[in-house]
Amino acid sequence: MSAIAEAAAPRRPPRSRFTTFDRLEVLGPLFIIPAILYVVVLVGLPFLLALYYSVSAYSIFNPSWTFVGLKNFREVIDSEIFRRTLANTLIFTISAQIIGLLLGKIGAMLLMQEFPGRRLARALIVLPWAVPVSLATLAWVWMFDSLYSVINWTLVAAGLIDPAHRPQWLGQEDLAMIAVVTVHAWRLFPFGVVIFLAGFTSVPQDVLDAATIDGAGFWRRNYQIILPIIAPIIMIALIFGTVFTFTDLSVVYLLTKGGPINSTQVLGTLAFQVGILSGDVAHGAAICLFLFPFLLVAVILLLRSLRRREI
Amino acid sequence: MAAVVVKDLRKVFGDVAALDGVSLSVRDGEFLVLLGPSGCGKTTFLRIIAGLERQTSGDVLINDEIVNDITPRARGVAMVFQSYGLYPHLTVANNIAFPLRTQGTTRPEIGRKVEWAAGLLGIDHLLHRRPRQLSGGERQRVALARALVRNPTVFLLDEPLSNLDAKLRASARSELKQFQQKVATTTIYVTHDQVEAMGMGDRIAVIDHGKLRQVGTPSAIYDHPADDFVASFLGTPPMNLVEHSGGLLGFRPEHFLPREMLDGAALSELLFRIDRMEYLGSERILYGALDGFQAKCDVAAKLPAHVPLSGIRAGEWHKFAVREAELRYFDRDGRCTVSPKEQAR
Ligand SMILES: Nc1ncnc2c1ncn2[C@@H]1O[C@H](COP(=O)(O)OP(=O)(O)O)[C@@H](O)[C@H]1O
Ligand SMILES: [Mg+2]
Repeated sequence: MSAIAEAAAPRRPPRSRFTTFDRLEVLGPLFIIPAILYVVVLVGLPFLLALYYSVSAYSIFNPSWTFVGLKNFREVIDSEIFRRTLANTLIFTISAQIIGLLLGKIGAMLLMQEFPGRRLARALIVLPWAVPVSLATLAWVWMFDSLYSVINWTLVAAGLIDPAHRPQWLGQEDLAMIAVVTVHAWRLFPFGVVIFLAGFTSVPQDVLDAATIDGAGFWRRNYQIILPIIAPIIMIALIFGTVFTFTDLSVVYLLTKGGPINSTQVLGTLAFQVGILSGDVAHGAAICLFLFPFLLVAVILLLRSLRRREI
Repeated sequence: MAAVVVKDLRKVFGDVAALDGVSLSVRDGEFLVLLGPSGCGKTTFLRIIAGLERQTSGDVLINDEIVNDITPRARGVAMVFQSYGLYPHLTVANNIAFPLRTQGTTRPEIGRKVEWAAGLLGIDHLLHRRPRQLSGGERQRVALARALVRNPTVFLLDEPLSNLDAKLRASARSELKQFQQKVATTTIYVTHDQVEAMGMGDRIAVIDHGKLRQVGTPSAIYDHPADDFVASFLGTPPMNLVEHSGGLLGFRPEHFLPREMLDGAALSELLFRIDRMEYLGSERILYGALDGFQAKCDVAAKLPAHVPLSGIRAGEWHKFAVREAELRYFDRDGRCTVSPKEQAR
């Protein structure tokens, strides 16, 4: 009775319980602003700056903004060292990718098995990631050291090499490349494991069982069922790893500084040497950006082929 | 000849016995339904026969050969999984062709067999699609076609209709049964749905907690349940079970009728207090209690809806009756026995 009377009585519209911060059109932009700021200030602006540097005559001794067109790029291509660096970068990136992902796949397959201590092993596998790259690489520097190398010590103890001719891991041109690839593959390995583990666990057990019953053995299951199903995930990992490696300089810089005689020089380290240490910012930027168009096209093509597979 | 025989099969996971001594023989060309509640070990049973899982003890024989140590691919069985297990990256045609490819069948032969299987199941027009572009019913057919193409010795079907909606399930049920009769392949069909079991099985094997309770034709299982579990698992509502001289007395709700609807001799009269009624369109179900009998759950009576309820109202006592021939007796351990009267004789 009273409820009806109350409802019938004219009422002032109640003040909304919702404040400005409860409104979606306010809240949405508010939450996204930090991310946009981050990208614009720390990624976008430096990138645009680098773009301009690469077509200018800017150096720290002569900070001029004069536009010089593609002159820097032409000079860079003409340089012997740059061409060697480019080849090194490709070798470094591709071998580290292949080794890291292959080891990652094997590691993930082992970690899929049931065994005592599996959880601990899964946790430990991410260690190369969790350790700061500088610390980890310093440990590797000692392992490759000409005098104190654990690797050499082990090889000598196993009678595999002559103690008089110990390999100078970081001092010989061919071995230095092997060393930097090893360390970078070691860094990529946990990423590979995690990616493959995620992929393997995403393949439904029913599909695997069906393949087994349909007569597929280990290899056929792996290469005709599992790999095609997880290919999109692996592709993403490959794109990510490749871009990550092309632009990385920490491992090479800490291990060999690009030496000996530029045998491990990669784009990152060369750009750092030219652009920062020697102060020739314009040429440094040109070296940095040299691969950008190729990477961009490759990434776009890969992503599009992925999307087409989805449909 | 028996196509599949299992002897004293046991499978233990940790401290759970998923299968606890199952012995069963499936005849050549037979459609055997394995019926039981969820978690009773049905899937485990199929996986062991397929070779996906190794039994803890016991033997599996296919075509009179022990296959305990034979790989799944050599056993020549085909299995349809509950979620079908189609290969998501392959077209329907390639899904169906996959088991042929692993056998090294020639290309033209594969083409012919895929066409034949797709035609038989009416999915010719879907051959170029991928599994995710198919409806549930179409996926189920693809899974069946894939199981069928290589002429398996045994079909193992694990609840293949459980992902379909009710209407589709009913039509798929009869199609599947007809299809099996056409290809005459020995089939073990797993389900928890008694309607599917009754409607499709040549024989039904009822399983509970990893133990086989009864094997028989649908009518044998329904009319002469071997124990109280089978009696209470089949039928909607299931058989009424009331305590009776140390054991149980059972009778089907459809045999438990008002006294005046039954005539002739050899009737057992019972006083029934009706607590509630359900009208289901074609029938009416009355729930209540019996005078002088203890029961774990309500006693039910099922009446055709077209007979008038002359004076039957909820909350009142009525005289109901069952023909003595329809009474079933179970001993202290729940096993079916003859009536105490006959025992005395
Ligand atoms: N891989 C497994 N590990 C441990 N327990 C399992 C496994 N598979 C099945 N079980 C157990 O075995 C019992 C039977 O399972 P299942 O055969 O899947 O039953 P159903 O198919 O009849 O529902 C269940 O109690 C289940 O928990
Ligand atoms: Mg199951």
